[in-house]
Amino acid sequence: MSGREPGPVLLSMRGVGRVHGHDEAAVHALRDVDLDVRLGELVAVMGASGSGKSTLLTIAGGLDSPTAGTVTVAGDDLGSLSTKARARLRRRSIGYVFQDFNLVPALTAIENVALPRELDGVAARRARAEALEALAEVGIAELARRFPDELSGGQRQRVAIARALVGPRRLVLADEPTGALDSVSGEEVMRILRARVDAGAGGLLVTHEARFAAWADRTVFLRDGVVVDSTGAPSRAEHLLAGA
Amino acid sequence: MSVRQGILALLAEQPMHGYQLRQEFEQRTGATWPLNIGQVYTTVQRLVRDGLVEPLDNQADVERFGLTPAGREAAAAWWTTPVDRSAPARDELVIKIALAATAPGVDVRAVIQDQRTASMRALRDYTLLKADKAGDDLAWSLVLDHLIFAAEAEVRWLDHVEARVAREAARVRPAGPAAAAQGAAAAGTAPAPEPQVQR
Repeated sequence: MSGREPGPVLLSMRGVGRVHGHDEAAVHALRDVDLDVRLGELVAVMGASGSGKSTLLTIAGGLDSPTAGTVTVAGDDLGSLSTKARARLRRRSIGYVFQDFNLVPALTAIENVALPRELDGVAARRARAEALEALAEVGIAELARRFPDELSGGQRQRVAIARALVGPRRLVLADEPTGALDSVSGEEVMRILRARVDAGAGGLLVTHEARFAAWADRTVFLRDGVVVDSTGAPSRAEHLLAGA
Repeated sequence: MSVRQGILALLAEQPMHGYQLRQEFEQRTGATWPLNIGQVYTTVQRLVRDGLVEPLDNQADVERFGLTPAGREAAAAWWTTPVDRSAPARDELVIKIALAATAPGVDVRAVIQDQRTASMRALRDYTLLKADKAGDDLAWSLVLDHLIFAAEAEVRWLDHVEARVAREAARVRPAGPAAAAQGAAAAGTAPAPEPQVQR
């Protein structure tokens, strides 16, 4: 947050464009987008529906390819990688948090969080230990043995955040993570996400709710696929209010 | 006025001297609206004049004040009377946006976006303050929550204004190929010409 040196760049987008269709029927979903997310930084993207914010997130996560520009994740240019290598980088470097949690219902919280590590090839015992640590970091170690349907929405989203950042993962991409939550749970989830980013991660957050975007270091505004403005990094918030 | 009512409410708890009143007022409202001591004494003197407050007999070198029976009634009435919201305060932002939306030659979308960025910045700064240290001070954290909700409402209102203005532009633009394309772009229905961004 405020008063800290910027960390290394985890995600870098340069001149990114995405066109659907050809010629007269071409629709520019994104145009010439430059965006960086550094370690220790949470960046929010806001815009009306159809502004391109979901497209931006899927391209940042390597789930869709840009038709112009480059996307670099942890130093690797996604466009220069083979499909297989890209899938591997995506799986090992990026965590995803969705509006509807996307947890496996038949697995307990700890099993959900351990799963990506087991897919990484880590031994089951170590994967469990790492998962428990990740759950402790989001404050719900005691719920490790519960199944998703035994958890509240806010708790499920915490499990999803733990899963996104388990093991060596440092970049979390969150698509409306508070969309299915009430106001207080939503705030709690943002507080956790903020804390995890401060503790050593980077995050890109798409939301249409200003109050949740406000947890980010800066907010980027998209309109018709173009970045039209940005709040910039925080001022010295300590001096904002007299007597604070 | 809120300082007057606040002082009455504080004196209803216990008699206080001027500095104590000032300190309590600031502490209990999150130190967001600093009072100077002159303001406190002027207000207290007016309350004395109106028969709501009286100086207490005491030997101490600093004068203490307490409520008269009428003052007690006035203090109690404050809690049971809602704050008047029927006459909205004049708000520069609302006046500016309303005029921008109807003034010729003003790029209202740019005006809205500049304001949205500024309001979002304020919202972000309040939120970070709250995340940092407001948790242990209930009064301050409630005041901060109010500022957060107000800034959020402002951003939502600006989103709404933008959508309304775009729809209106699409509706009133006279037909003709260039004008129609411009209207469609404003309404966000692409294919868009380069958006006008004043950066």
